[in-house]
Amino acid sequence: MNSEDDLFYNDDDSAHEMDDDDDDFVEMGIEPEPTSTNEKTDVEVFLYEVLTTEQIVQHMVDCIKEVNTVVQIPATTTRILLNHFKWDKEKLMDCYYDGDQEKLFLEAHVISPFKKTPNAKKRTTRATSAAVAASVQQEVTCEICYLALPATLMTGLECGHKFCIQCWTEYLTTKIMDEGMGQVGTISCAAHNCDILVDDATVMKLVKDPKVKLKYQHLITNSFVECNRLLRWCPMPDCGHVVKVQFFDSKPVSCNCGHIFCFACGENWHDPVRCMWLKRWIKKCDDDSETSNWIAANTKECPKCHSTIEKDGGCNHMVCKKCRFDFCWVCLGPWEPHGSSWYNCNRYDEDEAKKARDSQEKSRSALQRYLFYCNRYMNHMQSLKFESKLYASIRLKMEEMQQHNMSWIEVQFLKKAVDVLCQCRQTLMYTYVFAFYLRKNNQSIIFEENQKDLENSTEHLSEYLERDITSDMLVDIKQKVQDKYRYCESRRKVLLDHVHEGYERELWDYLDSA
Amino acid sequence: MSGGLPRRIIKETQRLQAEPVPGIVAIPDDSNARYFHVDVAGPKESPYEGGVFKLELFLPEEYPMSAPKVRFMTKIYHPNIDKLGRICLDILKDKWSPALQIRTVLLSIQALLSAPNPDDPLANDVAEQWKVNEAQAIEIAKQWTKRYAPSQPMPS
Ligand SMILES: [Zn+2]
Ligand SMILES: [Zn+2]
Ligand SMILES: [Zn+2]
Ligand SMILES: [Zn+2]
Repeated sequence: MNSEDDLFYNDDDSAHEMDDDDDDFVEMGIEPEPTSTNEKTDVEVFLYEVLTTEQIVQHMVDCIKEVNTVVQIPATTTRILLNHFKWDKEKLMDCYYDGDQEKLFLEAHVISPFKKTPNAKKRTTRATSAAVAASVQQEVTCEICYLALPATLMTGLECGHKFCIQCWTEYLTTKIMDEGMGQVGTISCAAHNCDILVDDATVMKLVKDPKVKLKYQHLITNSFVECNRLLRWCPMPDCGHVVKVQFFDSKPVSCNCGHIFCFACGENWHDPVRCMWLKRWIKKCDDDSETSNWIAANTKECPKCHSTIEKDGGCNHMVCKKCRFDFCWVCLGPWEPHGSSWYNCNRYDEDEAKKARDSQEKSRSALQRYLFYCNRYMNHMQSLKFESKLYASIRLKMEEMQQHNMSWIEVQFLKKAVDVLCQCRQTLMYTYVFAFYLRKNNQSIIFEENQKDLENSTEHLSEYLERDITSDMLVDIKQKVQDKYRYCESRRKVLLDHVHEGYERELWDYLDSA
Repeated sequence: MSGGLPRRIIKETQRLQAEPVPGIVAIPDDSNARYFHVDVAGPKESPYEGGVFKLELFLPEEYPMSAPKVRFMTKIYHPNIDKLGRICLDILKDKWSPALQIRTVLLSIQALLSAPNPDDPLANDVAEQWKVNEAQAIEIAKQWTKRYAPSQPMPS
């Protein structure tokens, strides 16, 4: 009959009240949980685990149990206390033992479990049938539905605010389904100005609808993850995994679903730009996207014959299908100068900007500066999306090579090449965010040189993989591809090392106005 | 429960009529028992004294689990009430409790007229004026009361 057993952790208190429900196998703090989690390590020894939703619930239960081995209060109250301390067990223990306990319960919005006298408890559980009969006759008006009901149908928390069971159920359901309980993961008493929180056991007892119960458990789990600094949901839609770290840091983590993201901010891994600036950038892009509809522009006109051209691959070297004009997608200039060592498409020409500032209003030039960086950023993002197509065509190439007596392992260099290409595109994307907020100095000039080199070598690799590879002899391909991607890798390393060194030695100045 | 008016709303409406709150008249609309026409008299010793303010109050389907929707129809110069008459009051938002009633909501609104709170503003320009020069803000509020909320004898 006890509906608490629906709850994913067992309440000490209710376990005692249950007579023979024989599910007392969950005793607080006994079994050590050998959870099978796969520890992952990245190059810089940043330890983390990837947990499933079930494991995260178990982790929450373990936290509650761990506290309960020391602090003897109902588990359902412990969750509220832990939630109050953002699941920092040590902080809770410190406050519990060193501070004023009454104050602690007050601030966490629970009634102290020590307040009720043991006698009062016994009296309610030992209610004789005569007493029950007496209270049935005594009618009380519920202050929510205004119905006069037997006192036995009224219920409430330790604060003493009683409403009828049906109103409570409706109240909790509304809070859970419509308002989602916000980020806090708690619901307060239905009475006006009463901030005592409803414990989970009570919610599970009063709510009957399994859909609502399930949503409640989701909300609890979510609030556990959201307010715990050492946990983060994988941002992939419908993934449901959680990454658990040992200390909070801005580091790349790789989920079981394959998605790699920054633990600190949840965005795609964004080296070399830091979380804070990326956050600003994303906000800026969101704010500006409505006015700058060019962002969505996936088509451009051929600079020569003006026929519409759609970008169909990651490479920026465009050839107009109609007039065969070779041009650069980024600057729309002829491709010729780009193809040589000189690649002039990666930086915002400061002289040009000055001229623009002279002739136009400040806001206008600020917009142009932004558009410049945003254009490059979006461009690499677009290309990155197209590279997934490249994986498919490369796979065909790999099969072809295997038919020409090359072993499986020998042809893996091609996949590696696309991996490197994607890494470089992603890095380049974020270099433009970094550069947007960067104030010009000697180091920023070196950075822009590095950026130019990486961009140049990346475009070469991209172009080769997308186009030239078909015309080359199979025997030549391996050497060429390996040379190209190794060069890209080295350029990428040079750029990232330089930026990281700059962070360490505080060489970077930022434009606050940007 | 569907279709018919919940007992709670019927009771509340009856009680509002039987024991009206001083300075407040709330009458349900003829065609919609969830919609109330409300008159609130400006409280004594407030800049709104002498004025009568029209409000609309609507009880949504979820009432009393959700708060009633209330809006000033009469123009009013107040830091917590915006141009559209929307009211910044905690009990109408996150502090709503199903144990509150139409009566308590209207009393709270009346109290808000007595004690404007420019630190939690809805109308930013008005709140700014209230902070910079309170005496002048009160003067404007009085003028608006005279202009937009002329007193008629309250129906009893
Ligand atoms: Zn009720
Ligand atoms: Zn209460
Ligand atoms: Zn994932
Ligand atoms: Zn980050």
